Amino acid sequence: MPLPRLIPCLDVAAGRVVKGVNFGGLRDVGDPVALAAAYAEHGADELVFLDVKATLEGRRTLIELVRHVAEQVAIPFTVGGGVRSVADAADLLDAGADKVGVNSAALARPGLVTELANRLGRQAVVVAIDAQGGLVRSRAGTTDTGLRAVDWAREAEDRGAGEILLTSIDTDGTRAGYDLELTAAVAAAVDLPIIASGGAGTTAHVAAALDVAQAALLASILHERPSRLTELRDELRAMGVPVRREVAHVA
Amino acid sequence: MRVAICRYGAGNVRSVELALQRAGCSVDSGPDADVSGADLVVLPGVGSAHSAMAGLVSRGLDVALRERVAAGRPVLGICLGLQLALDWTDEDGGVAGLALVPGRAVRLAKGRVPRMGWAALDDPAARTSDGQNTRTSDGQSTNGLVQPTGGGEATSGQRTCYYYAHSYVADSPATTAWSEGVPVEVRWGSFVGCQFHPEKSGSVGAAYLDALLDAWRLPAPSPAVRQGAECHSPA
Repeated sequence: MPLPRLIPCLDVAAGRVVKGVNFGGLRDVGDPVALAAAYAEHGADELVFLDVKATLEGRRTLIELVRHVAEQVAIPFTVGGGVRSVADAADLLDAGADKVGVNSAALARPGLVTELANRLGRQAVVVAIDAQGGLVRSRAGTTDTGLRAVDWAREAEDRGAGEILLTSIDTDGTRAGYDLELTAAVAAAVDLPIIASGGAGTTAHVAAALDVAQAALLASILHERPSRLTELRDELRAMGVPVRREVAHVA
Repeated sequence: MRVAICRYGAGNVRSVELALQRAGCSVDSGPDADVSGADLVVLPGVGSAHSAMAGLVSRGLDVALRERVAAGRPVLGICLGLQLALDWTDEDGGVAGLALVPGRAVRLAKGRVPRMGWAALDDPAARTSDGQNTRTSDGQSTNGLVQPTGGGEATSGQRTCYYYAHSYVADSPATTAWSEGVPVEVRWGSFVGCQFHPEKSGSVGAAYLDALLDAWRLPAPSPAVRQGAECHSPA
C-alpha cells in the first residue's frame, strides 16, 4: 500500500478561504493559493478544496482558483462542492484539478458516479459521504437519506468511485477523535481507499484514523497554520506512522 | 526543448503542461501540436483506456506516435499514457494498445484499488537479487537515460516517493523500476513510460522530468542502439 496520506482541507467561498462560524456566518481567513502552496511545502500529500457555498455564480471564481492553484502547486488536489454534472467536473479537471468530490448530486442521481468515471477515469471520482449514526445524510447534513453508509459506499464503488471521503457528522467539530467505528466499517465494506474526516483534535487521533483509513482529512487541527503540518508529520513519525518524508526541497 | 503534448480527451494535460514549462520547455498542447517535429512528445493520460484509445485513433495520433518511436525520437508516456503504449490493456474488457512497447496492462491484483498515493521505489539491488529485474541482472543498471533514483540517498532511510493513481499496471519485459513490487517504469527504444505522475510529485517529480529532459538533450543514439531495450549508451 502507498504511504498514509495527510490531506489538508481548505473551505473556500468566492475565491477565499473561509471558516464557518456556527453555520451560516463565514469568516475570511486568507488566500487559498498561498495557503495551498504553503501546505504543499510543509509536506501535504494532497489537498482538498471544498466550495462551501457552491453557488452557480461562484463557479467561475472557483475555476479561476483551480487554475491558480494548479500553477502554484505540484501535488494532487481534489475540488468538491456543487459538482452536479460531468460538465462541471470536466471544467474543474481541465483547469488543473486532479479529482472531483461529489456528494448530494450523486445521492440524488447515483448514475452520475458512473458517468464521471467513464469520462474522467475512476481515480478522479471521490464520493464524499456524510454520515450520522451510520446513516448517510445529504445536502450538507440537513437531509436524511435512510441509506446506510456502508451500503452507499459499496454502491458508489460498484458505480465507479475511485475513493471515499467519509465524514462523520457525529464527530465533526468535536475534536474528540475520528469516528473509527464508522471508518473501519466502511473500509471493510469496499476495496477503495478511504479518507477519514471529522473529529481530529490531537496527533494520536490522526494516527488512529490512519490505522483504519488510507488518508486523513485535516481541517481545524491545522488552524490554517502550515507549520503545524510539519509538526504533525514529525509527531506521527515518532509514533511509528510512516508518513512521507520528502518535502518540496529534496531534489 | 520543444515539447508537444498529445491532447486526446484524456485528462491532466494542464498539469503536465505546467510541469514541463517549469522545467524550461516550450510546450504546445493544442489540437495541432506538432507530434512529428517536436523534440519530445508526451502522451499524458488519466481516464479509461477505451475512450482514450479511441481519442488517439480518431486524431491520427496512433500512427504519428508509432512513426516517431520507429524513428527513434523521444516519447514519454505518463500513467494511462504508459499503459496505452503497450500491445494490449485488459481495461474496459480489453483494448488493443499502440504497441510501442511489448507488454500488456493488467489489473492490480492486491491492495486497495485504485492504488492511490505516494509510494517509494523498490531498492534496485533487492530486485537484482531476486532475479526480477532483467535490466540490472545483465549489467545494464546504469545505462543511458537516468533511472528514477531508487536507492537510499533520499532523506533518512525513506526512498524516493512519487505519486500514483492507477488500477492497471504494465506487465512488460521493458520494465526498469518497481514500487511495492509493481512495475512503474518502462523503457523501450526511444519510449519512456512512468506509471507515477511526475507532474504531481512535487519537486521530486520535477527532478525526474529534469533528468529525462537532460538525457534527451544529448545527441541521439546510433540506430543500432535505438532498436533494442537499451535506450541510450552510458552518458
